[in-house]
Amino acid sequence: MADNNNLIVYCEYDEGKVADVSLELLTKGRVLADKLGVKLEAVVIGDKLEGIESQLFPYGVDVVYKVEDKRLFPYTSNPHAAVLINLFKEIKPQVCLMGATCIGRDLGPRVSSCLHSGLTADCTALEIGDHKDPKTGTEYQNLLYQIRPAFGGNIVATIVNPECRPQMATVREGVMKKEVRDANYKGEVINLDPKKYVSDADFVVEIIDRHIEKSKINIKNSPIIVAGGYGMGSKEGFQQLFDLANVLGAEVGASRAAVDAGYCEHERQIGQTGVTVRPKLYIACGISGQIQHVAGMQESSIIISINNDENAPINAIADYVITGNVEDIVPKLIKYYKKNSK
Amino acid sequence: MSLNIIVLAKQVPDTRNVGKDAMKADGTINRAALPAIFNPEDLNALEQALRIKDANPGSTVTVLTMGLPRAAEVVREAIFRGADGGIVLTDRPFGGADTLATSYSLAQAVKKFGNYDIILGGRQAIDGDTAQVGPQIAEKLGIPQVTYAEEIIDIDGKSVTVKRRLEHGVETVKAPLPCVVTVNGSAADCRPRNAMRLMKYKYASSPSEKGNLSEEVKAIVDARPELNIQEWGAAFVEADPQQIGLPGSPTKVKSVENVVFTAKESLRLDNNDEQIENLIKELIANHTIG
Repeated sequence: MADNNNLIVYCEYDEGKVADVSLELLTKGRVLADKLGVKLEAVVIGDKLEGIESQLFPYGVDVVYKVEDKRLFPYTSNPHAAVLINLFKEIKPQVCLMGATCIGRDLGPRVSSCLHSGLTADCTALEIGDHKDPKTGTEYQNLLYQIRPAFGGNIVATIVNPECRPQMATVREGVMKKEVRDANYKGEVINLDPKKYVSDADFVVEIIDRHIEKSKINIKNSPIIVAGGYGMGSKEGFQQLFDLANVLGAEVGASRAAVDAGYCEHERQIGQTGVTVRPKLYIACGISGQIQHVAGMQESSIIISINNDENAPINAIADYVITGNVEDIVPKLIKYYKKNSK
Repeated sequence: MSLNIIVLAKQVPDTRNVGKDAMKADGTINRAALPAIFNPEDLNALEQALRIKDANPGSTVTVLTMGLPRAAEVVREAIFRGADGGIVLTDRPFGGADTLATSYSLAQAVKKFGNYDIILGGRQAIDGDTAQVGPQIAEKLGIPQVTYAEEIIDIDGKSVTVKRRLEHGVETVKAPLPCVVTVNGSAADCRPRNAMRLMKYKYASSPSEKGNLSEEVKAIVDARPELNIQEWGAAFVEADPQQIGLPGSPTKVKSVENVVFTAKESLRLDNNDEQIENLIKELIANHTIG
């Protein structure tokens, strides 16, 4: 068995392809592991995992743990949790990262509860740093800073787990950037015997039916995004953003408030609890700009804010601010685009 | 067949309606400016519980909440909507708990409660959005969990069938009882208060609240057991002091910042045709659009 105290990423996959969020976390994990001077490890649990390591090594993965059993795909909570709990007792990672997906957000808490290790959900940044306990004065070196907006996005908190290991964090898709470290990087594969990590009694929840569709909405990779907020006023009002998006060849995004109000589907939500985007143009319509939203779009190249409120917080990070009613301005954008484009 | 159902509920500050006065000048939260509400997805969970009760006469729905004594408000609200009663888990040593210490405390209360068939709760609370407490309680109780539930399709004495709403689809699973089910906001809305129940239970109070009642009302509450909202403390649920509150929380908040955006030099435009046309021309010229 390999050595202890490394950084491990729980990797998700579907139809033989490793999920983007897992590759993004490996990219970040490599940077953090370098700072800590430890190995980057990956664990993949499921079925038909042959050759999956070739997708992971280019991200600088030193060790890939594979646990293969027909019953381990599709994902269910108890068996995957059992594998991680037993594996972590053995290899004692200091950090474990997971995607803040339906799977990661189901699995992470169960594992952290059993190991009594802290878990921070939906981090928007991860760093390595020191910490001094304000009460005891104890100093800790090289902890994982788990940084996330809190309290509805009104503040940003830095969380640490001084004593318990592994330090666990989940991160949404798109928050970290995916970047190959070295196409020829080669690590080690360790095949684990599933019988040693999961028992028949763990397979208690039965999947009766499963319909997973490829998402038709692709805001993450769209170069232009027209996003609407609560200020759009209604589902009907929100519809005009689709008109503008169609003309510009853009995707439509939304703030959490707009999604909560039912103006559009959750898949379009941009921000800490949605998708993080970096388009070349972001048109924010009726979005006030809570931190939790801004966290997911502030790296856009050009930001246009259209808002009634000339003091809307989002205006501070916008390149262009148009003050006025969205329903008046959007038709003008459409009109003058049609007039001036070829 | 009758079932004993526990609904986990949390009283949360309404972070969705944060006004300009929600943050104090020093960057801390002005809690007084935020109304305390029933966590929205816990209401979705309550509705699923009440539907099980409707379909299975003789079932009971008990609300369990942890928080300040005023959290009795969510228990009362749940009773107005159809719950049979509730428990407020409240005690100073519970304060400062992270999700792990919270789930340990709630799991201890569930153990004290004893005979239960299913635990329902919202997927997550809007003041933290972590979605961790449900699965962690399931782990502490050694029972299965079903998260992201949209509808309880079927339940019998042995198992529950649940439709789950995932990122890109739906999944139907069957889990043995007892188990924890966390319910999505996409599930059915909770029924409103029932006028008859509102009349009948308007004096429902916890021991902490009873102190503020008139002697007359207090006598009514004392005479009717169903008007008594229970209050449980750490010792009562036999909680290990090292596993609750701050000492029981592995995660520590190192720092909290009121984020200030790095302001850009924005170009301010009015809603005027010429300025908007110039903006479009500029974006086309530099190949941002078109």
